Amino acid sequence: MSRGRRRQAQRHAREFDAFVAGAGRRLLHAAVLLTGEPPARAPAAERLLVSALARTYADWARLRGDDPYEHTRQELAARFARQRRRHRRAEGGVLSRLPPQERLVVVLRHGEGVAEEQAAAGLGLPPERVRALCERGMAAALSRPREPVGGAA
Amino acid sequence: MSLPDRKETEVRLLLRQSVHPVVPPDLALRAAVAGERLLRRRRALLALVWAVLLFLACGAAVWLSIAQPWSAAPETTPTVGW
Repeated sequence: MSRGRRRQAQRHAREFDAFVAGAGRRLLHAAVLLTGEPPARAPAAERLLVSALARTYADWARLRGDDPYEHTRQELAARFARQRRRHRRAEGGVLSRLPPQERLVVVLRHGEGVAEEQAAAGLGLPPERVRALCERGMAAALSRPREPVGGAA
Repeated sequence: MSLPDRKETEVRLLLRQSVHPVVPPDLALRAAVAGERLLRRRRALLALVWAVLLFLACGAAVWLSIAQPWSAAPETTPTVGW
């Protein structure tokens, strides 16, 4: 019994490693866009991703047919939404001038291709609010000067 | 192409073309260590809940065997001489 469980845990750990090896880059990119850090050094994004992945690791046995990528992205978004006050000041990256919630919606909708209804359900917001945040975020992202932003305005 | 479509395409391109960070080699390991900690905490919490339930069940059994509340209450009011 316990040996079988240990073997199952080892198999889950191997599957988890393979999952992170495949999806880690894309997930970290999303996390860096969210925290608005410069991609070269993004400790907050790494922390955010590690805690989201830890949750996926712990839930691995219960995932069954569910997509671990989607599970991790959902956890990442929920965690970021909870701590968004902490990420109000972003120091670099393409979306750093956007407020955290707009950043989150733009990354989910256009970085990750999540449908509007799904994003709204995941964030617990009405779809109209998600659309408004996304519109505002997109306008701000495109009006941004292409060169890196200097000191705070 | 309509204007909102063009804006969406531009934003998608902007996001896709932004620099991808280098994934630290120990990312999976760090996540697995934190995940194990989470699992241990969950198991400990579950064990605690079971322990409390077991304690309550034992307490109830002992109390029932001593007090035997199902047996009829003794007569306390004298019925003769009044």
